[in-house]
Amino acid sequence: MAGEGRVTLHGTWASPYSKRVELALKVKGIEYEYVEEDLMNKSSLLLQYNPVHKKIPILVHNGKPIVESMVILEYIEETWSDGPRLLPEDPYERAKIRFWATFLHQQVFEVLVLVLKTDGEAQAKAMEQLHEKLKLLEEGIKGSFPGGSPAVNGENMGLLDIVVCSYFGPYKVHEEVLGLKYLDSEKYPLVTSWVKSLVQYPAVKESTPPHEKSVALVRYFREKALQSPAGVL
Amino acid sequence: MADEEVKLHGMWGSLFSKRVEMALKLKGVPYQYIEEDLTNKSPDLLKYNPIHKKVPVLIHRRNPIIESHVILEYIDETWKTGYPLLPEDPYERSMARFWARFVDEKCLPSAWKAACSEGEEREKFTEEVHGHLKMLEEQLRGKRFFGGDAVGFLDICASFVAYWILVKQEAAGAEFLTESKFPALWRWGEEFKGCAVIKETLPDRARLLASLKAYLEIMKAPK
Repeated sequence: MAGEGRVTLHGTWASPYSKRVELALKVKGIEYEYVEEDLMNKSSLLLQYNPVHKKIPILVHNGKPIVESMVILEYIEETWSDGPRLLPEDPYERAKIRFWATFLHQQVFEVLVLVLKTDGEAQAKAMEQLHEKLKLLEEGIKGSFPGGSPAVNGENMGLLDIVVCSYFGPYKVHEEVLGLKYLDSEKYPLVTSWVKSLVQYPAVKESTPPHEKSVALVRYFREKALQSPAGVL
Repeated sequence: MADEEVKLHGMWGSLFSKRVEMALKLKGVPYQYIEEDLTNKSPDLLKYNPIHKKVPVLIHRRNPIIESHVILEYIDETWKTGYPLLPEDPYERSMARFWARFVDEKCLPSAWKAACSEGEEREKFTEEVHGHLKMLEEQLRGKRFFGGDAVGFLDICASFVAYWILVKQEAAGAEFLTESKFPALWRWGEEFKGCAVIKETLPDRARLLASLKAYLEIMKAPK
């Protein structure tokens, strides 16, 4: 069966990309070994498995590496095809989910990171952009998924739930470090309630690092970025 | 039936748009093509792709599908019994998807940066382009096409490397891809362009060259 064999995930505890692969493996009930990578001191195994980008996450299945979190998620879905689904059957529903996952992946996260890395006018500008993206997401989700959150069969997290959770799940950490809110339940009721329900899933709870640990890291990241001469890392 | 009609909003020179045409033609799916003037976008385009306002947009069963990779996967999944675009094996599929992203996220931007720059900067970006092409070339591994014996998803997504990059380098007076530097990639490109479906889909070279030259002039003009 395609779904057999040893599975190892090379990741880092704070990376949203790593987190989404962890969540997918948990949703599917796949047993895996986890290897925490030190990105300041990349292991020879990491460089061997991902010579092109030299990044995590890397999923190794039966000795073969798969890289890029979105590619890994699709691989997981196709390889462990019996069990909870990450994507619905209908091609159009799948296309909608892929589109929104790509939108989040390409457009939203980098803006959130910019908000975290800047202050003053630059931050205000980045914050404006973030709100624009959240607005698009709110309206888009309403239009694309009139039945509500795209959890595949209403029970387990699907691919888009996982991507949203990986970026916005730590919203409380971000808001604490920033000293301001961005996930406004009045402006973005759908997205906010979606994120809040996602973080309640047992798989998410058990893979969420301690709040203080995350706050310390994001704070460190922000301080380092603000100190660097160009203002951003 | 009107409901099963397939429409494609595209642009004659856009490699993203052409990918979709190649896929539809390989699958033998009839479609209505609507040429968009990107300086004067149709109300339909703006309605179907309000977020990005770009081509290509595929309409099937009155549903819009956007983003070229997403469209290609949709085409493969919807017309399942036709010509296969993606391989069957999940690992091979992941490789195809990875390298398709690589082309868009690495090869395309580095070539643009090299084309739009000059002197030392251009040299630096050209080196990047060469690095990316070398990595991509290694994926051929003696196969006729990236997809094996027949054109597949990755070949279509890499059509930039078979065609557009050559026109771009001529427009820019640069050297990105030559037969001597990348013999395997060159050979693949020739085979790819030689396929009937691909040949009839590629935009007219002279028109594309003129368009790219004009675009580069605008990009280089002092602001």
